Amino acid sequence: MLAYLIRRLSQALLVMAVMATIVFFGLYAVGNPVDLLINPEADLAEQEATIRRLGLDKPVHVQFGYFLGGLVQGDLGTSFVHNRPALELILSRLPATLELAFLGILIAIVLGIPLGMIAGLRPDAPSSKLIMAGSVIGFSTPNFWQGLMLIMLFAVFLGWLPAGGRGDTVDVLGIPVSFLTWDGLSHLILPAVNVAIFKMSLVIRLTRAGTSEVALQDYVKYARARGLSPTRVVGVHILKNILIPVVTVLGLETGNVIAFAVVTETVFAWPGIGKLLIDSIGLLDRPVVVAYLMLTVFLFVMINLVVDIAYSILDPRVRIRGAKA
Amino acid sequence: MKKTTLAAAALLLGTATQPAFAQSLTAAFASEPSSVDPLYHNLGPNNATRKHMFEALVGEDENLGIVPMLAESWTTSEDGLTWTFNLRQGVKFHDGGDFAARDFLYTACRIPNVPNSPSSMAGFIKSATSITAPDAQTIQVTTAAPYPLLLTDFASFGVISASANGHDGDVTYTPEGCPGIDSYLDSNAYNDGTATVGTGPYKFVSFTPGESIVMARNDDYWGAAPHWEQITIRPVTNDGARVAALLAGDVDVIEKPPVQDLERLRNDPEVNVVQGASSRVIYLHFDHQGDPSPGIEGTDGKNPMMDVRVRKAISLAINRPLIVDRIMGGLAVPARQLVPDFMRGTDPEIALEEPDLDEAKRLLAEAGYPDGFKLVLGTPNDRYINDSKIAQAVAQMLTRAGIETEVDAMTASVFFSRRNNYEFSLYLAGWGASGAGMASPLRALVASQNKDKGLGGTNRGRYSNPELDAVIEEALATVEPEAHDALLRKASRIVVDDVAILPLHFEVTPWALRAGLTMDPRADQHTVLTSVRPAE
Repeated sequence: MLAYLIRRLSQALLVMAVMATIVFFGLYAVGNPVDLLINPEADLAEQEATIRRLGLDKPVHVQFGYFLGGLVQGDLGTSFVHNRPALELILSRLPATLELAFLGILIAIVLGIPLGMIAGLRPDAPSSKLIMAGSVIGFSTPNFWQGLMLIMLFAVFLGWLPAGGRGDTVDVLGIPVSFLTWDGLSHLILPAVNVAIFKMSLVIRLTRAGTSEVALQDYVKYARARGLSPTRVVGVHILKNILIPVVTVLGLETGNVIAFAVVTETVFAWPGIGKLLIDSIGLLDRPVVVAYLMLTVFLFVMINLVVDIAYSILDPRVRIRGAKA
Repeated sequence: MKKTTLAAAALLLGTATQPAFAQSLTAAFASEPSSVDPLYHNLGPNNATRKHMFEALVGEDENLGIVPMLAESWTTSEDGLTWTFNLRQGVKFHDGGDFAARDFLYTACRIPNVPNSPSSMAGFIKSATSITAPDAQTIQVTTAAPYPLLLTDFASFGVISASANGHDGDVTYTPEGCPGIDSYLDSNAYNDGTATVGTGPYKFVSFTPGESIVMARNDDYWGAAPHWEQITIRPVTNDGARVAALLAGDVDVIEKPPVQDLERLRNDPEVNVVQGASSRVIYLHFDHQGDPSPGIEGTDGKNPMMDVRVRKAISLAINRPLIVDRIMGGLAVPARQLVPDFMRGTDPEIALEEPDLDEAKRLLAEAGYPDGFKLVLGTPNDRYINDSKIAQAVAQMLTRAGIETEVDAMTASVFFSRRNNYEFSLYLAGWGASGAGMASPLRALVASQNKDKGLGGTNRGRYSNPELDAVIEEALATVEPEAHDALLRKASRIVVDDVAILPLHFEVTPWALRAGLTMDPRADQHTVLTSVRPAE
């Protein structure tokens, strides 16, 4: 187990290093952030002075050397725009995104699995057809448009929920969270639903496919024959056996939501890391973008690890071994 | 039962979204300031936010005319080298401290020393060789040469409090550094509110990046009391989301409503649209550098942009009123000079040009291009109102005249880097003139690039005309307003006659407000919420 963990972590470090290098040189090739940051009224001498101050006058390999030097000391660089350490900037925006991602995934699980099972157990019932049709729509609607429609419906026409932004927050262990106040929660609902709809459709389809397959297996028939209650058959015998693909996909999707909730965060002006990323890319704020993507890689590797461990709990046949698999 | 719970929940949520105080105002900005430090980043959103909390020595009104602010009056010496400012009496900082001359001196000291500033304000004070305070209510500024734009420069930065920055006692300013001050606070000390102490109509309450800036009314303000007890600025970068936030009643004011939504917003009884002329000109700049030019084909390596007849032909081929009408939906004013006529230095005798396709074709043939040539027009697609659509229209108009034009549109970060690398033969960009009027685009866009004189900073077409340079330099050394403006007019005429650069139109800036509210549009396109008030 320990050897397995070490191997996974060293893989993560390698991927992070490759990612950082590609992004660093890629952003360098796009352009010079000073062209965007500086006031157009600044004369040529001032433009040069600013480029020097930010260290952008040096050849790219020298800049990369500085970056590596900082990295060794745990310093991912300072944002050109905000004058704050990049990592600190990202971490300050992380709680908002985590909150959004987890609520979105929670909605997807709590609604998606039961709906998928209903559709799988009685595939020909009208209700199942309705569920499946709904999941196709949820699956194929562009996130961006769907977000705007949610805003138009619930904020503009019905006026039930605010159109965007983050409401009142309460500090829990020094971390600002918004789901503990009414105002905060009301701001959270629409973006979370926007995140959830796609994931829920995914969960419904996976659950349905698994359920309709498992429901015909001999052990399910046997369980029924033994006279077990339908609730127990469905809730234990079927549910446990369909969860592996659902857990895999949800794990990766959680990573996706955390790292790339860009669209939802932009449409709902949600102050998370996705919005920070898109703003930073727009301004070529290289330290922030590089740090962000390194963190993302780390996150994905960790999620995969957790998924693997979850497998072994759900399915005793899967065993994590230290030896090369 | 279920229905009533749902209705109750809706009611609860509905009331929760209503503004908590009738006297508070929430605005959605299209871009967020990088800091609330007034001296950290010289860029639009920062400068607009600054105007709520920090005031400059002299102010600029809606049309960028100079008005008294922290200085009540000022005089210039005979030789134009010494400026004396008399400060307003009884002005207090938000922390209760008195505003005095030493605060201005401290501000001047900090400007070149703001740590990690991505765009310094140092240009605004570099003309001053000495800034002194003969007494607490007087500031004396000396320049090495007569410099007419000093007031505009001094209107461009907010004055900070020396005491709030940890400096008590007198301040001595020298351009090389200020004796007795070893270090300066960085922008984070402003973002957390420690040093965010100004004299403006609003006081700092909180700044949560990505989320909000909250300010409260300064009840001890020396000027007219602003209407709102509390104002909140929220960054909502997405156009659709900003409009939705206004329609949903989340915010009371939005800046930059998208042009395609304006018609609908105007017809909505819940919304009031306010608009005003801006000083931002959208222009085309030619590559004047010589042969060959990067985006041109079919001329045997020659750069046709060097020929004034070709430039005139391009100007005649473009139907500006059509662009204003069809692409801009009327939200623009056709241009021929570089600043609109309400600003100083425009020549009223220069008339707008009538588009004339036949004459354009004739000029092209005369210049030796009867069959035209191929051209690539570079443009950003997310920087100015409808920028890439304007470029498309221009390309079609030029193609009709025989210049087969292809548009190369890209995001601003790529565009400005490529432009500054001189990768375009013709490019579209914009220039928002400062209160200096014509002098602002003249010295930046068409004066020859000259690092030592600080000229031609954005002249990425590398236009160079010694005759024009001489007039611009003379204007920049003439303090007497009448003579200064006369020289600007002379320079503007040279630019127009030589088609050094091709102004297309001036943007008109729209704002959308909740019905019943109004505001004063500013020519610098800054959203300053102090002017938002109930409509009579």
